[in-house]
Order: sequence, then structure tokens, then C-alpha cells
Amino acid sequence: MNDQVDYSRRRLLTAATVGTGAIGVAFAAVPFLASWKPSARAKALGAPVDVDASKLEVGQMLKVVWRGQPVFIVRRAKAVVEQLGGHDDLLADPKSEDSLQPDYVKGAARALNPEYWVGLAVCTHLGCSPMGAFEPNNATQLTGTDLGQGWPGGFYCPCHGSKYDISGRVFKGMPAPKNLTVPSYTFSGDARISIGVDVAPKTASTNERLSDGRST
Amino acid sequence: MAAAPESTDPSKSPGLLGWIDQRFPLSKLWKEQVSEYYAPKNFNFWYYFGSLALLVLVNQLITGIFLTMNYKPSSAEAFSSVEYIMRDVDWGWLIRYMHSTGASAFFIVVYLHMFRALLYGSHRKPRELLWIFGCLIFLLLMAEAFMGYVLPWGNMSFWGAQVIVSLFGSLPVIGGGLVEWIRGDYVIADATLNRFFALHVAALPLALVFLVIAHLMALHEVGSNNPDGIDIKKHKDSKGHYLDGIPFHPYYTVKDVVGVAGFLVIFCGVIFFAPTFGGLFLESPNFEPANPLQTPPHIAPVWYFTPFYAMLRAVPSFAGTQVWGVLVMGAAIVVLFFVPWLDRSPVLSIRYRGPIYKIALAIFSVAFIILGVCGLKPPSGIYPMLAKICTALYFAFFLLMPWYTKIDSVKPVPERVTGHA
Repeated sequence: MNDQVDYSRRRLLTAATVGTGAIGVAFAAVPFLASWKPSARAKALGAPVDVDASKLEVGQMLKVVWRGQPVFIVRRAKAVVEQLGGHDDLLADPKSEDSLQPDYVKGAARALNPEYWVGLAVCTHLGCSPMGAFEPNNATQLTGTDLGQGWPGGFYCPCHGSKYDISGRVFKGMPAPKNLTVPSYTFSGDARISIGVDVAPKTASTNERLSDGRST
Repeated sequence: MAAAPESTDPSKSPGLLGWIDQRFPLSKLWKEQVSEYYAPKNFNFWYYFGSLALLVLVNQLITGIFLTMNYKPSSAEAFSSVEYIMRDVDWGWLIRYMHSTGASAFFIVVYLHMFRALLYGSHRKPRELLWIFGCLIFLLLMAEAFMGYVLPWGNMSFWGAQVIVSLFGSLPVIGGGLVEWIRGDYVIADATLNRFFALHVAALPLALVFLVIAHLMALHEVGSNNPDGIDIKKHKDSKGHYLDGIPFHPYYTVKDVVGVAGFLVIFCGVIFFAPTFGGLFLESPNFEPANPLQTPPHIAPVWYFTPFYAMLRAVPSFAGTQVWGVLVMGAAIVVLFFVPWLDRSPVLSIRYRGPIYKIALAIFSVAFIILGVCGLKPPSGIYPMLAKICTALYFAFFLLMPWYTKIDSVKPVPERVTGHA
């Protein structure tokens, strides 16, 4: 019998065993990590929401819940919409180039129909819910808050003081980095809004786009 | 059974203890860790906070176990089960207030314990690993406290969770998916509450207890530092006992009992007369149930997080992302781990350091407290600017330490510990 220990053979076998074991541990970890993902039930509850906004008066706001997140629907006066381009110098991202919205929501109005603005009521800073302060040039409409001179009307986040205009575009120098996110939505009637469904494009791939909208 | 070979060892006791000692090192552990663990004889007031932290940990574990017996970790029942504990369970209010006040007490004690290390250089060689274990305990404690705060499912629980979990969303590329993974839903929801409960009552306490044991093992391996910051192992008497050391038991167990008594007077005073502590220990928006549609008008974390929260808010978003504030807040914790190597002073204790370190530590302490105040206040008026200045001072204390501790003057360090007796 050979008393000599073959250390390189022992090292190789040890390394091989440890390596195999590590791979096994990594695979065994997958189910545990994956169990933290949204469950089938949570995904099912994330389905689209239909809202009838016809009873909304001009200057009023509706808050609905989609996927547990508050969504604003604001009915804007024509005069307010026409003035949207007039305060670009106040805004950090007036053209919404760094912000999240479907590509069919364009321009200063950031809406499919400029009369109705739809957007997530979730501040892009840390996810608080901004408050509506729609009266232009009224700096004291929210108790205890000074909105400042020349307020164009919009949203104010009470957590860290971020200000947005009435299209959800964030002001310069705010803690929030981006404009309020616009979810995918479409009109299924004059004032019937389906949140979580993309606008049906006029091409053949409608079904595909619809399912995209659900999973976004 | 006539001749037990171990019986020649005089330290082995007969009877039940002897029977145990032959099977488990009970007397050995007691001697090594307690009755013959020699600690420097000049411990002062600042040395209460280690044993007090242990006391509060035990308080949290026991009251926590009893709270789980009536608490329901579901978004539908959590809030009302806490109200049930407060109103209908016999002594439930006491157990809950012991737990909620204990959380704040834990941070008070731990902050003072950490400050003691900065005073006397307790993190310096050979106690670096001891300090690192301590920093890990601090980090886990923050996670534990945050998740515990979510459990009552009040409106501040909900929105606090929303803000803190969103922090991870600012990380590039992985952020969005990571947040969804942490929440287990598209929003903070039942799944989030349920997993935070599991982590708060099982995973994190286990890890905490394990780290506390490692912290104590490291301490007893290298020996305690002292207010003079000198090594007591150099001077021994003829029996090999340290001239400047006294056994932990009975000397420091008795001393710590005095600290415990003083602590309990204050602790019970808060529990019985001011359990919410004016909204600092339990915030008033948390007395209404979680409402995803209604952000509380002013979101502030519990006081012990506010210094770090103020740093988060002090950093503006830049290049279309607010990740910088998150990174600064993370760096404020990470930098603590490096203190043993940032400090280049030839002496450990503040008693023998020059004026620069004393001034730096004073400025740092004041800046930390001001940051805590800024984090509680709405971000308007002078607070954002104050927070920015104090964030800079916080980091300056650590990052400039290698230079100012080196050029600082020192006084001669005595051979033996100073003080009475």
C-alpha cells in the first residue's frame, strides 16, 4: 500500500465536490427566490380597469385604483390646456423625454384627449401620492403650503415638496427626477377610459398590443 | 465506577454540576466568559450600554414572541389585530408598549454604545472585527426595526414601506424588477406584509442573536478596551492576574445592575406615561389603517432613521435619477465599517488625543443630531440647507479622519489605567 498522499488528486476531487455542491445549492435556491415574485393571484388582480369619467366636472379630479396604485383622471378646462406650453422654463423635462409614458401620449398635454389627463398618482421621487392644486396663480390653495409665485396649476407632493404642472410634468430643482408616469390606457367611449389597455393600433397586431398592455 | 480519572482535577465539582461538567463545559464556560473574564477596572458610565443593549434584545425577543400570539400578518387583519392586542388582550397594551418603546430604546442604547467606541477608540486594533460585527448588528437592527414598523399596517407603516422599498427602484437596470420582487406584488400589499412578518420574527432575530454571540466572542477573545485606551494585559501580578483587571462577575455584573435599574426607571416611565413619546416613538398617522389612496401629509420615519433619511433627501436628483441620495445614505452606513482603518491616531482614547479630534467628534455629534431633526421636519425653510451642510460634515468626519487624526497632537499615555482606587 502506498503511504504517499496524492495531494493534487485530493485537491481536484475536493474542488470538484465543492463545485458540484455549489451548483446544487444555486439551483435549490431558485424556488425560494422565485417564491418572492408576484404570485398568480397577484398577477390576475393586475387586470385592466374601466372608468366612466363623463360625470367629472371641469377642474375636478377622479382617483381610481389600478393594480393597487392610485390613478388620477383630471378634466381640464380648454383655457388650461391652451396655456400648457407657457411655462416650459419652470419644468425639468417639458417634452417628457426622460419620463415614462406610452408613445401615443405626446406633447404638452400628455394625453390622448387633452381634456382628460390620466396619470399615476405616484410621485416619481419616492412613491407618495401628490395632491391636486389646480387653481392657477393661487399659491395658498393647499393649507400650510406656499406653492410660489406664478403657480400654473398642477400637483404638489406633500412628502418632499415636489411640484408638477397639470400634465404631471415636474418642476426644475425638485426631489422628483421625472414627470408623473402615464399608464397605458385607451378610450372605449367619449369619456370611458380603460386603464391598463393600450390604444388599439390600426395594424393587425391588436391582440399582441393588448396583451402587452396587460403585462406592462 | 470506582475511579473517575477526572476527579483529580480540583476545579471539577461533585454532584450534579460535576456530572454536567463531564458532559458539557458549563463551569468552564462560566469561568472563561464571566467569573474569570478580566475586564479593565476603570469602566465608566459609557460602559453600561453594551449590557443594556443585551437587556433590550431580550426584552424585544420575549415581548415579540408574545405579540405574535395575537398578531395576524395579513393586510385585512393586521391593523385590527394590533388594536385587539391593545384593547382586549389582558396586559396586551403593556406587552406592545414594551416592544415599541424597546425598539426606540434599542437605538438609543446602540447609538450611545457606538459613540463610546468613537470616544475611546474601541474599534482600533485588535478590535476591528469586533467593531465590524457591531456594524452588522446595527445594519440588521435597522432592517428589523423597519420591517417591524410595517407590521401594524397603519397608514405610516404602508407609506413608510412604500418609500423605503422604492429606494431599491432607483438602482439602474435591476431597480424595477427588484422592487417588484421585494414587494411580491405591483404595490405594497398583503404579500409584502406577510414576508416582512416572516423576516421580522424569524430570519432577522436569528441572524441578530448569532451576530451578538459573535460580537461577544470577539470581545472576550481580545478583551475589553477601556476609557484610557491602553492594554491591561501588560501588567500582571504573581498569580498571572491582570493588575488593572477585575473579574466581570461579580464586579461588573453588580455595576451593570445599577445601570439596568437606572435604565428601567426611564424605560418604564416612557411605557407608562408617554408610550408614543409625543409621536416620536409611535407616529400618529399610524393610528389609522393603511390607505393606498391617501399619503399622510408628511412622511417621516421613526426618529432613529431620520439622520439617514435627511441625508437621502439632502441629495438632489441628477442626470434623471435619484439614485445618488440612496447611494449617499448607503455610504453613510458603509463608511462606519472602515473607521478602524480611517483612524490613524497613535493613541486610542480621546483622553490622550489633541484638540482636533475632540472638535471633530463634537461637530460630528452635533451634525448627526441636526440631521435627525431635519429628517423629522418637512423639507422646506432652512432644513434642506441644514441637511446638506450636516451631510457634508458627517462624511467629512470619516473621510478626512486619516489626515486630521495623524496631524493631531497627543498627550503621553499612562502605563496603567487611571482613576480612583
